[in-house]
Amino acid sequence: MARLGMVIDTRQCVGCMDCVVACKTENGVPDGHCRDWITQRLEGTMPHLSLTITSERCNHCDNPPCVTCCPTGASHVHDYGKVVLVEHEKCIGCKACLASCPYGARFIHPEGYADKCTFCIHRVEKGELPACVAVCPTHAMHFGDLDDPQSGVSRLIATRRHFVLKPDAGTKPRIYYLE
Amino acid sequence: MHRISRRRFLKIAGFGAGAAALAGGAASGLQAMARRAPGGETRVVPTSCDICFWKCNALAHVRDGRLWKITGNPGDPLSRGRLCPRGTGGIGAHFDPERLRAPLLRHKQRGEEAWVEVTWDEALGYVADRMQRIKAEHGPEAMALFSHGIGGNFLKHTLKAYGSPNIAAPSFAQCRGPRDVGFELTFGEGIGSPERTDIANARCLVLIGSHLGENMHNTQVQEFATAVAAGASIIVADPRFSIAASKARHYLPVKPGTDLALLLAWMNVLVVEGLYDKPYVEQFGFGFEHFQAEIATRTPEWAYPETGIPPEVIRETAREMARHRPATLVHPGRHATWYGNDAQRSRAIALLNALLGSWGRKGGFYFPNSMDVPGYPYPEYPKSGRGKVDNPGHKYPFASETITTGIRDATLTGQPYPIKGWLVYATNLLQALPSQDETIRAIQNLDLMAVVDVVPSEIAGWADVVLPEATYLERYDDLNVEFFREPFVALRQPAVPPPHDQKPNWWMARELALKLGLGAYYPWTDIEEYLDHRLKAAGYSLAELKQKGLVKGPKPPLFFDDGIVPEFATPSGKIEFYSTQLQAAGFDPVPRHERPAEGPPGSFRLLYGRAPVHTFSRTQTNPILRDAMEENEVWLNGSVGARMELQSGDYVRLRNQDGVLSNRVKVRVTEAIRPDCVYMVHGFGHTARGLRSAYGRGASDAELITRYATDPLMGGTGTNINFVTVEAEA
Repeated sequence: MARLGMVIDTRQCVGCMDCVVACKTENGVPDGHCRDWITQRLEGTMPHLSLTITSERCNHCDNPPCVTCCPTGASHVHDYGKVVLVEHEKCIGCKACLASCPYGARFIHPEGYADKCTFCIHRVEKGELPACVAVCPTHAMHFGDLDDPQSGVSRLIATRRHFVLKPDAGTKPRIYYLE
Repeated sequence: MHRISRRRFLKIAGFGAGAAALAGGAASGLQAMARRAPGGETRVVPTSCDICFWKCNALAHVRDGRLWKITGNPGDPLSRGRLCPRGTGGIGAHFDPERLRAPLLRHKQRGEEAWVEVTWDEALGYVADRMQRIKAEHGPEAMALFSHGIGGNFLKHTLKAYGSPNIAAPSFAQCRGPRDVGFELTFGEGIGSPERTDIANARCLVLIGSHLGENMHNTQVQEFATAVAAGASIIVADPRFSIAASKARHYLPVKPGTDLALLLAWMNVLVVEGLYDKPYVEQFGFGFEHFQAEIATRTPEWAYPETGIPPEVIRETAREMARHRPATLVHPGRHATWYGNDAQRSRAIALLNALLGSWGRKGGFYFPNSMDVPGYPYPEYPKSGRGKVDNPGHKYPFASETITTGIRDATLTGQPYPIKGWLVYATNLLQALPSQDETIRAIQNLDLMAVVDVVPSEIAGWADVVLPEATYLERYDDLNVEFFREPFVALRQPAVPPPHDQKPNWWMARELALKLGLGAYYPWTDIEEYLDHRLKAAGYSLAELKQKGLVKGPKPPLFFDDGIVPEFATPSGKIEFYSTQLQAAGFDPVPRHERPAEGPPGSFRLLYGRAPVHTFSRTQTNPILRDAMEENEVWLNGSVGARMELQSGDYVRLRNQDGVLSNRVKVRVTEAIRPDCVYMVHGFGHTARGLRSAYGRGASDAELITRYATDPLMGGTGTNINFVTVEAEA
């Protein structure tokens, strides 16, 4: 059974937001909302500066607080790839998951349910890449099975220095950023 | 972790449902619904993007008759299957609720944006009638066309058939003109678009103000990423710590306006230390001894007080360039109209590349090619007795294209002859040309002002007649016979019909020609007929292109090493280190630096650039792209921000040296810019009332650019010579 995850090369990423825009069209994300976003962190003083750009979204955590706190079972870990999903029909829009997510990855869709990144499971199940990965013009994004040591993502994690967001939250996020 | 009681939980749930119902009734919610893919039969239409002028080939996905998404065509050498964020969000142009819907005729004063809706017959009849009167009273040359992009081809054809040679785009005198002229003077050839730069194979890439990654010309950004991944050494000179600078091994925060001094000092190091490509220069160079003598004085120590870049950094970076030559690419840039000495600065970039031997070499500049697709066999155009109006007496001797601002000057002064009609296609002149005041005064002198646009732009606001165009997703355009490293011919075709009474430009151009009695110039009745005729003449067919989107030609040789014969279309037939042409015309035969004028005390030089999610001033109401960036910010150095007690997110206004006050704009207090300048993304601060969602959001650099320095070589308008003070908003 696969455990899907993402590896994003911060050295390649230019923060162009193509991932954000592609997600919006692919998934019909309503105006005013997004399932992924770009964060920039600038450090140092002129001219000794460094900028870290991260394309962020739901981390599809191995230890997902949004699933644990969901009172209806709408938030769940899907069989396919252990992707964290929300079953819209079961969701009552209580926002418990919004509060529990250390990444701010969720929002309430205008139709009333908690919405977020699905890793484009509708594409992945057909053997395609998530829309954000497929569109990335700098090829900064990689996607695959973290449990398969031969997968591209596993090899990148094994060979490159990397970090995850908010490791202290204990959620065991599955999006890795290459330094 | 935050715990929620059952009681509170129900309350929140109730609120959530209520909020959802409200949002569903709001306009933005309806838009979202309109765009939501219902899931069903998907049709894929190969076409090409028009969100910028790169013209990536794309696949429009239409589900149940509704536009769903657009992706890169995997067979496309430009996009390589991946569009840029603007292209990806391009479908928003189709859904934009603020777009023009029907032809409009002005019924109050120009600029009051008061119109009545009319039929196409009335609108085009009005334009044709005025054009006939202008021709009768002033001659056909009194009619000018400003046009940007391939969509303007048919209007250009109509205007040429009518008898006017006065056709210009801001892409020359407000953008890449100086760059191309600088390279033409040196190598005998310009750079063109897409740029002939082999970024992907560069081992060292030098960017001077080029902000690739924020400037999203797709192939260049993809190649930039390839170079980064391959470990290329990147050197960035920019007053602002750009995204590209953040990827660089060497970041040089050059003082604005002194890039030429830096370039000269780099060349000094290469020459003095004997690091340049001697065999290349000996074989292909002309006038090197003169150049060498002149450059000898341009030491890094000389450049230091000009540029603020320490001599050891200049030496180190010059040696770095030499280490990787000839695969060292000093990027020529694109928007190069900065200070009025821009053709000479571009020439210095060309010369630095020549010293590194990168022209015609892998990792440098390649030789582009195109396929042979004959034009449509039209009757000959009438000959103009008076010639073009924009450059009287060849005042700008090296202008190689028509100068927009020269046409504007003629409209203002009536010299060398009057211009009485403007037809404007897909270029928002009020945001694209410097000095809005001059543009508006020129418009007052016109007998006809007609604008073709998709949205009610600022320039449309000054029109007598507004002609609403179908977006690129709803129309055919002329064939794109691309001049590139992989030549191809590509089609733009409609994926969906226009939602209202918008029309494609080819239809407008043809109808206008018919009303002008120029039917002989339109032997075809439908564009499909025209396209098929041209494609068949090249051995293809419209049916094939409709299915594939593009057809590629054989890959030509790209570099000297592949068999390109080194030829230089300069007077000497060589790379001109010393330019006799420039000398004869009274200009510096080897570029010289002049210290730029400083602004008033306490002011900041106003710089501007691009954001990855918008193109110029034409995408701010696209709901998808607006969501990605809805207003611009003004970047202010951290120490200045602290002194002024400003924090990021505070609103300020900028006042320029002539007292023009900007709209309110958020400040970004950041270490990523020098303290002597401010920076903003171009295209915001809209003042056109019809652009409801963009109106008054952010500030417009264009309105603060009241002054410009005209390049004496080619008429380009340098616009980085304006200064602003920052005023906190109460």
